[in-house]
Amino acid sequence: MLPTGVEVLTEGAVLERLAGGLAVTAGVAFSSIAISTGLGLLIGLLRTLPLRLLRFCGWLHLELFRIIPILVWLFIVYFGIPNLLDIHLDGRLVAVAVFSLWGAAELGDIVRGALTSLPVHQVESGKALGLSFWQLYRYILLPQAVRRLVPGAINLATRMVKTTSLIVFIGVADVVKIGQQVIERSILTVPMASFWVYGLIFVLYFCLCYPLSRWAKHLETKWEG
Amino acid sequence: MEWNGAFVAKVLPLYAKAFWLTLELAVWGIALSLIIGLVCSLIQYYRVRGLQQVTAIYVEVSRNTPLLIQLFFLYYGFTKLGIHWSEETCAIVGLAFLGGSYMAESFRAGLDAVSQAQLESGLSIGLSRWQLVLYVILPQAFAVTLPGLGANAIFLLKETSIVGAIAIPDLMHVTQDLIGMYYQTFELLALLVGAYLIMLLPVSAALRWLERRVRYAAYGR
Repeated sequence: MLPTGVEVLTEGAVLERLAGGLAVTAGVAFSSIAISTGLGLLIGLLRTLPLRLLRFCGWLHLELFRIIPILVWLFIVYFGIPNLLDIHLDGRLVAVAVFSLWGAAELGDIVRGALTSLPVHQVESGKALGLSFWQLYRYILLPQAVRRLVPGAINLATRMVKTTSLIVFIGVADVVKIGQQVIERSILTVPMASFWVYGLIFVLYFCLCYPLSRWAKHLETKWEG
Repeated sequence: MEWNGAFVAKVLPLYAKAFWLTLELAVWGIALSLIIGLVCSLIQYYRVRGLQQVTAIYVEVSRNTPLLIQLFFLYYGFTKLGIHWSEETCAIVGLAFLGGSYMAESFRAGLDAVSQAQLESGLSIGLSRWQLVLYVILPQAFAVTLPGLGANAIFLLKETSIVGAIAIPDLMHVTQDLIGMYYQTFELLALLVGAYLIMLLPVSAALRWLERRVRYAAYGR
């Protein structure tokens, strides 16, 4: 039996509404990736400095996000902070804040790994030439580290896009929520609605993530040899 | 804010139940994804014609879509095709579908690390193909693969936090329900975090120990 009822996707304003939901999802993903790129570069640089306290804070930040699932973090911030401070928080704001802090921790680790994997003589030669601290990073270390960190950073971006699907749990009207509304409205007349709507969202996420991971793999092989 | 001990004592059994359920789903998911991953990586390693393309597509689809959407599609979409499964089965299938591709990539990295000379030496002393796989390739690949497999296991353990979405009374689901009923947000969130820490800290510590061991085995330091 072939599934029918694909009309559910084309009738009325369903496609427009799903596109609107996708825009919310993409907005959260893009803002989080942008913020965590800036923050992650800074954290990565700071974690290479020989300061004990700074290193400990960086390690703690990373471990907190590595051990506790992101969904739990969304719950802590979305339910916990309003309860503590007696304010209301918008789900989108919470999502961007949590994803940015998580992405910054992970990217910070990638940047730190790339910088510390450079041969020591690069730093020593730079210093011997009399380069200042900033010149050393700006002209010697960062340009070389970029190749080692970009593929990992793109893979992280793919993971962040996938994780945006969780924002439906904290009441954001993202593409998943809109999909659920479409299904609820038409489930009595079109029993196959959930198959088609979730199928479409599945394909949409794949179309967002697949080019990113291909690009990362391409850069990895290109820069390896 | 005051810690409501009586309330915590009241909900603690619910959390204990959810804890074991979450762990059970994770263990099944991890075990199945190990099998799927090993089979897929061997198919890719030996370039089995026909199957190789299928596994390549599977790995890309599984890695580039979120678990939540995979679960929704399996649970709400597939039932419409006449496939009926319980929430728990669905969650385990979802976790195995997601984890299988991650395990496959880790296994493949290990298989690729076994040098050509090892294979040729094995063949030249007259080992059969299966003996070669069992006694030469897998033991060496396994050592390289272990940290990756451990990291994937932690990843899957954390991903189980999503299965509450298909009406499984796991830790997240129980927390969400109880917050809605009692508004004891602080205690409930603390219990939630505590439960995940109890589950994940030992695994993460074991993984770190394992990584050190493997590095020692590989480089002798």
